[in-house]
Amino acid sequence: MKEIYLDNNATTKVDEAVFEEMRPYFCELYGNPSSMHFFGGQVQGKVTEARQRVAELLGASPEEIIFTACGTESDNAAIRSALEVFPDRRHVITSRVEHPAVLTQCRNLTQKGYRVTEIGVDGAGRLDMDELKAAVDTDTAIVSLMWANNETGVIFPVEEAAAIAKSKGALFHSDAVQAIGKIPINMADSGIDMLSLSGHKLHAPKGIGVLYLRRGTPFRPFLVGGHQEKSRRAGTENAAAIIALGKACQLADQYMEAENTTVKAMRDRLQNALMTAIPNARINGGGAERLPNTTSIAFEFVEGEAILLLLSELGICASSGSACTSGSLEPSHVLRAMGVPFTCAHGSIRFSLSRYTTDAEIDTVIREMPPIIARLRQMSPFGREFLKGQA
Amino acid sequence: MWDYTPIVKDHFLNPRNVGDIPDADAVGEVGSLACGDALKLYLKLDENKDKIVDAKFQTFGCASAIASSSALTEMVKGKTLDEALAISNQEIADFLGGLPEEKMHCSVMGQEALEVAIAKYRGEPIPEHDSEHDHGHAYPDYEGEIVCKCFGITDTFLKKVIETNRLTTAEQVTHFTKAGGACGGCIPKIQELIAQVLGSEDLQPRKRPEKLSNMKKMQLIQEVLERDIRPLLWADGGDLELIDIDGSRVQVAFRKACAGCASSGNTARMVEAKLRDLVAEDIVVEEVSA
Repeated sequence: MKEIYLDNNATTKVDEAVFEEMRPYFCELYGNPSSMHFFGGQVQGKVTEARQRVAELLGASPEEIIFTACGTESDNAAIRSALEVFPDRRHVITSRVEHPAVLTQCRNLTQKGYRVTEIGVDGAGRLDMDELKAAVDTDTAIVSLMWANNETGVIFPVEEAAAIAKSKGALFHSDAVQAIGKIPINMADSGIDMLSLSGHKLHAPKGIGVLYLRRGTPFRPFLVGGHQEKSRRAGTENAAAIIALGKACQLADQYMEAENTTVKAMRDRLQNALMTAIPNARINGGGAERLPNTTSIAFEFVEGEAILLLLSELGICASSGSACTSGSLEPSHVLRAMGVPFTCAHGSIRFSLSRYTTDAEIDTVIREMPPIIARLRQMSPFGREFLKGQA
Repeated sequence: MWDYTPIVKDHFLNPRNVGDIPDADAVGEVGSLACGDALKLYLKLDENKDKIVDAKFQTFGCASAIASSSALTEMVKGKTLDEALAISNQEIADFLGGLPEEKMHCSVMGQEALEVAIAKYRGEPIPEHDSEHDHGHAYPDYEGEIVCKCFGITDTFLKKVIETNRLTTAEQVTHFTKAGGACGGCIPKIQELIAQVLGSEDLQPRKRPEKLSNMKKMQLIQEVLERDIRPLLWADGGDLELIDIDGSRVQVAFRKACAGCASSGNTARMVEAKLRDLVAEDIVVEEVSA
């Protein structure tokens, strides 16, 4: 069965050109970039080139790029560093809709005596900026807010938030894992101190991330040991993955326009067709500015896992904010924070597209989705009541 | 992705007996939209009003909820009401070749609907919950104190599920009944219920000696860790190692699933509470990363 992959916010296909770029650095050019011989040196040259390419995509300088193992490591390193840099500041601010890589760490901090404020969002998933302004004070060590939400694609005004954080001397970090490669980012013209990136969300392999650290920002390393990454992240470089990420960033720059035209048009066509064909559905975050590739749609009276498995039978890969897929019993914290009505909180499906998505694939989903919802509504006692009312 | 058996998949993709029975003798409804799953079960009896001749269902829920409902309708056909009442949630799960533990509450929901349907048919009382938090679960014969306010679940019902399924941890109870799965406020109460069911003869009446020598205290700490604590952690795929005892300071390191677990802090407090209860009041448990 050929897959129709619409789960690109979970992970992406490694671009063939990216794979070719990294291929020689396993069996042939396997030297350690830190070594004092030509064999390691040629790897170091490629790592330097990759750092340059990542920096270009972000509008940053190469020395502001720290390679890590994943987005989660970057998030953890940023927050921990801020707390060590400001031992007297005992307050952390984040949002209620953050990725667990940030939220879990912040919640754990409450057990260590830190005060943690989670800023709320409105029904469309937009950050409550007044709440943020009121929360930041001179006790705040760091404000960590995502650039774009992984479930809904809703974009936060991070620059404005960074300015608010800076006004009280706090550091500002943004988990930009979902945003990078999808919307233009320019750190040269930004007030953000730290930024997290994950390779596998932009067609590089899993296991490589970046922590962007603005020049002059005080920093305490998370991993200590060797002198790699200017002693800011010890551990032998994952050279092949770094080289791959460099190539992926170069390509992301080239495809940025397509992402915001072609991909966005397919996303819009998909969501409009489904909203027309299926009654009692709503777009989560539909009223907010969103990533061009993401749409999260809630269908009343049906449950998300059942939808996903029926889609999966047809080769269609999507994701859900439903409780049953995660093993928890409540719908996703993001949907709950947005106050999605309980009649459809359990029936949300996220489609996330990429530059590999085709119009034919979108056609298939537009064709297959309505009968799946109808079938599950026929099976659901609430769906049947609803259908009876419609007849 | 959940590891569903081929039978679960079959009953999800090709559910048996979906629909309603207009002249049903018994109808049972449990769950709600807010809960995330719900089941409406219809039973038709033979002319002697003894054997179930037909069963239909409507389910709102995940694949295992739909498969459990489908399995239940197949299992009850041809059974007398008393035989049907004897079906346990484990038997529903067994019929499907097993369910992931996190999904066991789906099989419990099937059994509940069956009990509600038969109780209503027999004119037995079904408790009306007046709590605003009650999402509509109704358990015949399970009147009692509401333990889980989020899902409206009583102590009587929880004790029954703990006993029949031999559950030893609060997490298992959540997997089987949902209780404790939302706000988590009732988890200590669930742990108490587990202790009551499993440990009435074992955990409760153990007397602790008044004054302990350091040597005796160390021995007792080790004994309690081995006998009362590690088995609880094993049940969740975790473990702990005793690193050091210094007077009343007990240093432990968490292993396997417990290592790096976000709630290891809670686990450490659980260990401390148990040691204080069974060894000495002044014990302090510290988690070390050794």
